[in-house]
Amino acid sequence: MVMISRRNLSDSISKIIFFMSGVFSLIVVLCIFIFLVKESFPVYQDISIYDFILSAKWNPDGWSGEYYGILSLVWGTLFVTIITLIISIPLGVLTAVFLAEIAPEKVQMIFKPAIELLAGIPSVVLGFFGIVLLGPFIAKIFGLSNGLNVLNGSILLSIMVLPTIISMSEDAIIAVPKSYRDASLAMGATKLETIIKVVLPAASSGIIASIMLGMGRAIGETMAVLMACGNAPALTKSIFDSVRTLTATIAIEMGEVAFDTTHYYALFHLGLFLFIISFFINNVAQYFINKGIRHEHV
Amino acid sequence: MKKSIITIILATALLSNVYAKQSIQIKGSDTLINMVQKLAEVYMEKNKDASISVTGGGSGTGIAAILNKSTDIANSSREMKSEEYSSAKAKGINVKEVIIAIDALSVIINPQNPVNTLSIEQIGKIYKGEIKNWQEVGGLNKPITLYGRQSNSGTFSFFREKVLGADYSDKMNRMNGNSQIVESVKQDISAIGYVGVGYVVKDNMPIDGIKLLSVSKKAGETAYSPIDKTAVMLGQYEIARGLNQYISGNPKGLVKDFINFELSKEGQNIIEDMGFYPIGSTIIEKNAKTLKAKTTIF
Repeated sequence: MVMISRRNLSDSISKIIFFMSGVFSLIVVLCIFIFLVKESFPVYQDISIYDFILSAKWNPDGWSGEYYGILSLVWGTLFVTIITLIISIPLGVLTAVFLAEIAPEKVQMIFKPAIELLAGIPSVVLGFFGIVLLGPFIAKIFGLSNGLNVLNGSILLSIMVLPTIISMSEDAIIAVPKSYRDASLAMGATKLETIIKVVLPAASSGIIASIMLGMGRAIGETMAVLMACGNAPALTKSIFDSVRTLTATIAIEMGEVAFDTTHYYALFHLGLFLFIISFFINNVAQYFINKGIRHEHV
Repeated sequence: MKKSIITIILATALLSNVYAKQSIQIKGSDTLINMVQKLAEVYMEKNKDASISVTGGGSGTGIAAILNKSTDIANSSREMKSEEYSSAKAKGINVKEVIIAIDALSVIINPQNPVNTLSIEQIGKIYKGEIKNWQEVGGLNKPITLYGRQSNSGTFSFFREKVLGADYSDKMNRMNGNSQIVESVKQDISAIGYVGVGYVVKDNMPIDGIKLLSVSKKAGETAYSPIDKTAVMLGQYEIARGLNQYISGNPKGLVKDFINFELSKEGQNIIEDMGFYPIGSTIIEKNAKTLKAKTTIF
């Protein structure tokens, strides 16, 4: 009797501990969200939503006045992210297929740690690489005067995003049941046909999830783009133009801003924007991950 | 036995308090950082129990830090703005300004660019985006790439006030420090940039890979080089400025001792070794007055 109640007690205590640990991160996220909302909404006392979202002129410390238009910054972030995905999706998915389906085990043993190492490179180091090596290289190849532009930042971000896309896509491909492949090969399909028409569609939800998570990382990344993109706050159209992202703006201006000023609220609003974007992207990724799991059980 | 142990412990505690390392924080301008770091190194070499940490972040960041009481000395390459003074007053902080060195802000271009001199007006028009091609100021037919600093930089503010009198072109690349501008100009044939003279001068000679422009007040007038010491000291070089340190209240202890060291003959020699200029007699008098005064004279 005593034994049982003691077991029950330790059981319920550990349950509470596990529950608290789970709740902790939820509370942190909630607190951050509330804080961001509280610190960012006063910005509308001084500027209209219309000016804030639809104006492309961001110059809080301007000579002729203060301008808080986030359009060019949002576009900067999206532009860099889109180019990053254009570079990293084909490269990442093809690498994942190679590792999961084609590469012999010995090759895998070399490639996998190398890819993991890629994920461990600090973004400052990548940014430095972007300024000193990649920038001049891009300038030379495309005949530009300098290489501080969208393309430079996107290549650096691709390097950071690739490990996520490769390892998650590879997991999704490996998770496709062997019977699918066997059936396809038995029908007389070649290995390539099997990969393209059977394996990839079956793994698609996992692959999409990996891309979404990679995209989330690209949007939130600060240091590499801050160093490599030039940070000119103009609305850019070309991948060879300098660009300024939301994250870089916060990092550059947060240090000097006076508390409880319009500028301060506006920077927090940028933070809220980023928070909402990454929340949305993570949820989409989660949706696809869940879909993939259900798919496997069928 | 026990008692003696306790006495020993107490005695050590007391002694270590007396001989405890005194430590101060210095924060702010990227233009001053290398110079002040060198001064701190030499000072700490002589005073083994002093610990001085020097960090960057930009003049705006340094001044914000002194107003938030999170640093002992703020380095600043611009003067404090009137809003900052009134914010200090509101917080009950009596900020004092000490000018420790003179900087001849240098306008730099790539050595392959044939231009040698520009007037203040021309430089202003270039940075405002009104002059877009080097041909318009006697150079090659190449579009100008602008390199400048970020808004938390004192150099950004000083240059805007002294040279532009208006906002920078939104095409200007906003770089993360003096050395990033120097590196970019080395690689970009159509570049123009502005940096503290200490970053482009070594042993009274311009460093390799960049060209220093001589600057005249108006087109056609005599142009002076930032490495012309006499011109800088006589105020003929148009964009020379004081490099300041801000402290809160009357300096005491290590802060006082370190500032005295910076202003001493030895300190000024180190400043000259770092490529900047020593302060003249008028500034020496002004410094002495501020350091003695009970309150700041606005």
